[in-house]
Amino acid sequence: MSGNSVTMVEALNRALAEEMERDPRVMILGEDVGVDGGVFRVTKGLQDRFGKDRVVDSPLAEACIVGASVGLAIGGMRPVCEMQFSGFMNFAYGQIQPHMSRFLGRTRGGRRMPVVVRAPSGGGIRALEHHCESEEMSYVSVPGLVVLMPSGPRTAYGLLKAAIRSEEPVIFFEPKSIYRAFREEIPVDGDPYPIGKAEVLVRGNDVTVVTWGAMVRKCREAAERVAASTGAGVEVIDLLTLKPMDPEAVMESVKRTGRCVVVHEAPRTGGFAGEIFARINEREDVFYGLRAPLARVAAYDVPYPLFARENAYLPDTDRIEAQILRTLNA
Amino acid sequence: MAKTPAKKPPAPVPPGAPVAPCSTYAGASMVRFVDEAGNLLAGEAPFPDERVAELYRHMVRARRFDARMLKLQRQGRIGTFAPCFGQEAAQVGSIAACTPKDWFVPSFRELACALYRGAPMRNVLLYGMGLEEGSAAPPDARDLPISIPVGGQSSHAVGLAWAMKLRGERAGAIVYFGDGATSEGIVHEAMNFAGVMKLGVVFLCQNNQWAISTPRVHQASDRPLAERAAAYGFPGVVVDGNDLLAVLSVCTEAMERARSGGGATFVECITYRRGVHTTADDPRVYRGEEEEKAWESRDPLDRTRRYLEKRGAWDAARERALEEAVDAEMQVEIQAAEDYRASSVNPLEMFDYVYVSMPPYLKAQRDEAEEAFRGRNVVVGASAPWVPGGAAAVGQLEEAPPEDAAAPKGGAR
Ligand SMILES: Cc1ncc(C[n+]2csc(CCOP(=O)(O)OP(=O)(O)O)c2C)c(N)n1
Ligand SMILES: [Mg+2]
Repeated sequence: MSGNSVTMVEALNRALAEEMERDPRVMILGEDVGVDGGVFRVTKGLQDRFGKDRVVDSPLAEACIVGASVGLAIGGMRPVCEMQFSGFMNFAYGQIQPHMSRFLGRTRGGRRMPVVVRAPSGGGIRALEHHCESEEMSYVSVPGLVVLMPSGPRTAYGLLKAAIRSEEPVIFFEPKSIYRAFREEIPVDGDPYPIGKAEVLVRGNDVTVVTWGAMVRKCREAAERVAASTGAGVEVIDLLTLKPMDPEAVMESVKRTGRCVVVHEAPRTGGFAGEIFARINEREDVFYGLRAPLARVAAYDVPYPLFARENAYLPDTDRIEAQILRTLNA
Repeated sequence: MAKTPAKKPPAPVPPGAPVAPCSTYAGASMVRFVDEAGNLLAGEAPFPDERVAELYRHMVRARRFDARMLKLQRQGRIGTFAPCFGQEAAQVGSIAACTPKDWFVPSFRELACALYRGAPMRNVLLYGMGLEEGSAAPPDARDLPISIPVGGQSSHAVGLAWAMKLRGERAGAIVYFGDGATSEGIVHEAMNFAGVMKLGVVFLCQNNQWAISTPRVHQASDRPLAERAAAYGFPGVVVDGNDLLAVLSVCTEAMERARSGGGATFVECITYRRGVHTTADDPRVYRGEEEEKAWESRDPLDRTRRYLEKRGAWDAARERALEEAVDAEMQVEIQAAEDYRASSVNPLEMFDYVYVSMPPYLKAQRDEAEEAFRGRNVVVGASAPWVPGGAAAVGQLEEAPPEDAAAPKGGAR
């Protein structure tokens, strides 16, 4: 973990360590997060450094990990809990939706909920059944939750810091396929990355590609290919915060380009692309400027297949490139 | 497949030596028939030697195939799986107490049970290759596919036993789960349902001392897990899970109770996961070799073999013949699975079983996919051999080169 060019796993580890150093109320709990350092090693070394009271190997019980975190938060701690995989976070849904997301409102502002629920999400690593799903929409649809998804080491570092300092409950999805895939520079004791702020990664005036998480890399590749083959200006926007989403970044861009392709790893029906399209539709100034039908590239509406077929299931650079070209030519 | 034993099993005997160094279970008694050296602890042989030898064959077959799968995984020929190494007596002893009419509800580590129930090795391999075809269910088999969400399957066993009761069938259900799973709410809910409705479920807990890196002592209080049964209103038994005869005896009684309307039983098998949690796990991070050595000396296969040898019911020649037979079987099965995968597997199959009949919007997506896949190979193999330490948990992570070797800057590519 030397130097400042780190993988996403190391960036998350640093963000956790720095926030624990900064605020003694911050603690970590979850399955295998202590001695093992988490099954992906995100919490590696933190139990040695901060002790067993602050980095806790809990029993195997997702519902109680989150439920206890609700109590810990009310009791004055700032728990960061880990769900071993987002597919098993469903076991905790009965705490996240009815309890965690509603406390602020039920107590008319009296009980804040500074809880972070971290979960590796998404596919692409030839994993077992239930270890690959992208389930952001189960949480985006819940009022009161903040839903974040970084796209690399730099945004993971900044967003996790923001999540830990937030007074609101945060669902923090970590796209596992890019945990160690590439390195980026991160600062020492750097600032949080603001919640609710999208990032324009590539500028262009002909078509807007909106995406998040592991798909960001694939969209940049596809955008480069399209730019190289057609000379078109492809703008790529990384949402980073799914809820509360940054509408202006998208609206400003689509107003300019008149074309929009949304790319996500989650299944098409009920995916976040639908919400983005609805918002474009609701904005007269953007809607009447459209020059092509809105389009999405998403996973098919089938259960996430076992790994032999996962490349067929997931949106890939070829499919994204083909859709950008179709939208440009529409 | 499974016959009922000739004699009524003898009464439980208390443990001789401390068997479970990770769980002290002070003062609790554990059912045990045979010691590590293969000596019968008391009384007459509870089962005919031929039956024990037959079950021993199943244990050896499972272990050999399990070890072979580990090799295949290390070579990159199949994906992640959870080996059953060390738990063969707990698995074979319990499943052998079931008839084909009883329902088998596994978690994800019950290779020995699945093979005993007749699952073809090639199907196990196909699943390991990431092909759903491997868990295709013959409609008449009373076996459920493996279940990865920890503990969830316990409630399915409740429903199955309930259905048997409603339909007046003389059949029970056996559900497998680990020590870790007993911490999940759904397992408590299932046991409570079974208790209050007097359902014929055998809750077969393989307490293998670990839930990934979490030792048994961090999972729950240091009382036997089986004691929980008392509060649900049915019997709970702690059994030496590496003692085939003890497991078979306890489970035979429990399954008979399940079939005959006598309700549920919690059977806690004290055993040990001798291998990795899954092929992506590295136990060196959280446990020492000493502990593994201690359990090696309690190995269930060694113990059963010694028992049989002492009784003149097994010898080296029979062992060799068995190994050769299993190796020949494996060769055929591996070839069959690899041939299938090489036979241009259809990626569009993933659309076929979402609904009983495909709705039009899905048909449209299928057509779109067909177009997108044309001329491309979108089906993946298990890819690169496994390397230790990477901690991908259940898969294979793409790894950036080490920092000094990394490209000049930025590197978001
Ligand atoms: C609901 C859920 N949470 C977490 C996991 C990840 N996981 C898989 S196996 C396992 C440990 C299970 O331990 P135990 O029940 O003792 O079974 P064993 O692996 O020892 O056979 C965990 C945490 C999961 N599969 N499902
Ligand atoms: Mg276990």
